[in-house]
Amino acid sequence: MNYADLFRATLPETALEIAALLVLVVDLGFLRKAALKTRVVVAALLGAAGCGAALWALQIQGNAGLNYGELTLLGAGTYIAVAQTGILILTALTLLLLIDSVFTRNAGEYVAVVLMAAAGGLIIAAAQDLLVIFVGLELLSLGLYILTAFAKSSGKSAEAAMKYYLFGGMSAAFLLFGFSYLYGLSGSTSLPRVVYGTYVASVHGATPLLYLALVMIAAGLGFKVAAVPFHLWAPDTYEGAPAPAAAFIASVSKVASFALLITISSVALHFLETLHLHGIAVAIITTAGTPLPPLPIVHGFRSAWPQTLMVLSTASMILGNLAALAQSSVRRLLAYSAIAHAGYILLALAFFTYSPLSTNAILYYILTYGLTTIGAFGVVSVIERATGSDRLDSFLGLHKRNPLMAAVLLVLFLSLAGIPPLVGFWAKFNLFAAVLSVSAGPVPFALVALAIGMSAVSLYYYLQVLKRAYVMPAIDETPIKAHPVTLIVLLAIAAAVVALGCFPALLQSWIASFYPR
Amino acid sequence: MLAWTIYLSFAGALVEALLPKGKPGLARWFALSVAVLALLHAVGGFAAGMGQGRQIIVDIPWVPSMGIHFLLAADGISRVLVLLTGLAAVAGILFSWNVEHRTNEFFAFYLALIGGVYGVFLSFDLFLLFVFYEIAIVPKYFLIAIWGSTRREYGAMKLALYSFVGSAMVLIGLLAAYTTAGSHSTSLIYLAHAGLPVSFQMWCFPLVFTGFAILAGMWPFHTWAPTGHVAAPTAASMLLAGVVMKLGAYGCLRVGIWLFPHGLDPWGFSFIGVGSWRDVFAILAVIGIVYGALVALAQTDFKFVIGYSSVSHMGFVLLGLMTLNQIGVTGAVLQMFSHGVIAGLLFAIVGRIVYDRTHTRQLAELETMHLAKRLPFAAWAFVIAGMASMGLPGFSGFVAELQVLVGAWIAKPWWTIAAGVGIIVGVAYTWRALQKAFFSDTLPSAHFLEHEHDPAHELAAITWPEVTGVVMLAGVSLFVGLYPRILLDTIEPAVKALLAGGGQ
Repeated sequence: MNYADLFRATLPETALEIAALLVLVVDLGFLRKAALKTRVVVAALLGAAGCGAALWALQIQGNAGLNYGELTLLGAGTYIAVAQTGILILTALTLLLLIDSVFTRNAGEYVAVVLMAAAGGLIIAAAQDLLVIFVGLELLSLGLYILTAFAKSSGKSAEAAMKYYLFGGMSAAFLLFGFSYLYGLSGSTSLPRVVYGTYVASVHGATPLLYLALVMIAAGLGFKVAAVPFHLWAPDTYEGAPAPAAAFIASVSKVASFALLITISSVALHFLETLHLHGIAVAIITTAGTPLPPLPIVHGFRSAWPQTLMVLSTASMILGNLAALAQSSVRRLLAYSAIAHAGYILLALAFFTYSPLSTNAILYYILTYGLTTIGAFGVVSVIERATGSDRLDSFLGLHKRNPLMAAVLLVLFLSLAGIPPLVGFWAKFNLFAAVLSVSAGPVPFALVALAIGMSAVSLYYYLQVLKRAYVMPAIDETPIKAHPVTLIVLLAIAAAVVALGCFPALLQSWIASFYPR
Repeated sequence: MLAWTIYLSFAGALVEALLPKGKPGLARWFALSVAVLALLHAVGGFAAGMGQGRQIIVDIPWVPSMGIHFLLAADGISRVLVLLTGLAAVAGILFSWNVEHRTNEFFAFYLALIGGVYGVFLSFDLFLLFVFYEIAIVPKYFLIAIWGSTRREYGAMKLALYSFVGSAMVLIGLLAAYTTAGSHSTSLIYLAHAGLPVSFQMWCFPLVFTGFAILAGMWPFHTWAPTGHVAAPTAASMLLAGVVMKLGAYGCLRVGIWLFPHGLDPWGFSFIGVGSWRDVFAILAVIGIVYGALVALAQTDFKFVIGYSSVSHMGFVLLGLMTLNQIGVTGAVLQMFSHGVIAGLLFAIVGRIVYDRTHTRQLAELETMHLAKRLPFAAWAFVIAGMASMGLPGFSGFVAELQVLVGAWIAKPWWTIAAGVGIIVGVAYTWRALQKAFFSDTLPSAHFLEHEHDPAHELAAITWPEVTGVVMLAGVSLFVGLYPRILLDTIEPAVKALLAGGGQ
């Protein structure tokens, strides 16, 4: 590894950091006397342009990963490139939603923090090494804590950030603790070697240390994706954070974290499949004097990791959907629905296969979910500005007060509920079909049935919001105005949700185009 | 030609949503012209398809990587039901001519619902069928919740959740069948030939069948139907009873019976005379027939009488399907058509012609109004519709129910005997409703007499859309009753092919 390699491999991250610095310089250096509106617009547009530059950097970077000797630190290409592209596009969208916001006077700082957090997201999406994972996660998380607290005049924002920070710090400690055990077991921080090392270590019998480590890691990553029982921060954070920040947390951070989970799952499987093909382990283990157990192996990562994910997934699907039924704040409702959606994705990660099938289904789901949820937060923020609250009752009579916004809300929420022909339905179908075609048997089938049943439950709470918007009479009929840029972004998102739903093959073939033929 | 019914309806819905607000006349005429145009296409497709087998209309790869096709096709069963949808759609618009509140949105949801229904009847790809099936759920919710009456939000939510739970069961079955058959294709024709394992069919059949049967109003999952019908605005209850319940029955036949024929095989043991899923569902159907009729007999709300009668009549459809013989299943399909027309007519009379003028549906209050004298048109229309509903010879219901009963006799005679009880009770509740609502000579209340000659108290005159709608629906029922071959010639070959398993 030399600096040229390093530069080449981290080109998109570098582009984001430069853009962050540029935003700060422009905002604090040139626009000190300018009106707040101008500063917000300039900062948001510069930030979006930075995302564009990073996308371009991602293109020219190609498949250059970062290797140190034999160890891979950062991967590239295939699903990593898809996730990174997604992260950048979604970040740009959340930045455009900022234009309409008034929660802060420090637009430049806000945008800079968003861009740095997005750089953290890019790193964990590509990371193949425990240390790099941790660094990326911290870069992302620290950004998110700051963003949550950004509405300085709001007590809720500060409270949410404090809760988020405390939970986050705790979960990072758990994660690091788990990583340290893995290092102790395998003698390496590189993921493939860790998996291999733990495999060798557990050939002689299950080691409790490994299980302990896996549970710790599940706690750390479960926190990032808001899986039950590590979800407690989510409702408060979604409720307290400024809307664009909440949208960022709900979309970009989720995409990055799930990309990391894909990495871990596929490394675990890839290792075993190459083992199966080449018989490398035979040589190593037989020299140690122990016969190779029959494959497929139920040791090491392979058995414990999916089981852990299965537990998280089941708990998230049930609790997320049931708790959402009782919410009267739309943001909290979205938080619990996010927990439920994380549950569906974790199901696909628990029944994972090292082939593009599972990976693509998960990416499809998380990208479209991220897109939809940004739109949902966009609508919520418009309503909040007009009515001062995100209670269900603030949505009363929306179809009269702003028909376009009501139509967008209808499309997005029905997509979240999984009604065809919207994209959320295809995402679910793809995901569940992937689970069932990968693993036959009563357990995956029962869990898919549970997931489908739970998404029937979810229709109820999404309809509660739509009922307010379309059915129930308005208390206040004054029109709600939305900033043209917000309106355009939201309409574009809704149009994408409809179009991708009617032509689902578009996104699938786009994802598939990242794989070498 | 038939495919245009779908495209026209969805395009119409989109245009309706964009029409300027506050011009109800424009919205009405536009909706009517779209529906009539779609009906013409349906009639044209029906006429062109006479004597033909299954015809593929459109086949475009939709999601190539998963083997999902946008595959529209039609056989005799589809053609008849598309025709029914066209008729019900036009009639529904005629009977909602007086919707003044958010008119363009009303017709937008209405046409979207119709488009989804057309789509289900024409899809020969299981996945596409499911997509259209779910598209139909959301407009139903809004139609009832916004424009409905009695406990509309409750009725609408109950209907939406029942439908969604049913479709969730279907989705599970769909995924299971798709992956069991090797994840190659979701085409119904492919899956019907895929040779799904018998043990798989044994558990997948009841799942999918129940999922669809919920929407067909199968006892004990029928409870959404009366509340939904009563809460719905007239046009929506006409569509609910007329075509949406048929979606469920159609799914039972097209997906349940066609894809999983071995699901109906005997279990190999029997428990108090029940030895297969076929017995289970037939018994539920018979219970539905008798129970629906008995409950209809006890109702005090005019619309609830019709609502429960729908449960009873749909029981005949399900019973016909479970006979698994040519005559019984043909009867079931004909009963779908016949009930679609008759129930539409009954709901139109109760909901639009009577309720919108008297503002009450309580039989006890209607008794005092002497409607036979004041609304003779409504009274005679209801006499005709009631006779059709009872299954008097000369109306479509007679031919259909007779075939179902004959089929049931061939399968298991006691099914016919039990269902016969339902027919007798059916005569009783129809007669009771007719007598109480129109021909009662109970003395009116003093309050009523006081205002008898008050011009503001006069009932509004019958309008031309109402006359047109009644004449159209009653005429169709009578015509099919007198000349049933026109539909039977189309239905019979399709049923034969479907029961043979191959579908061609």
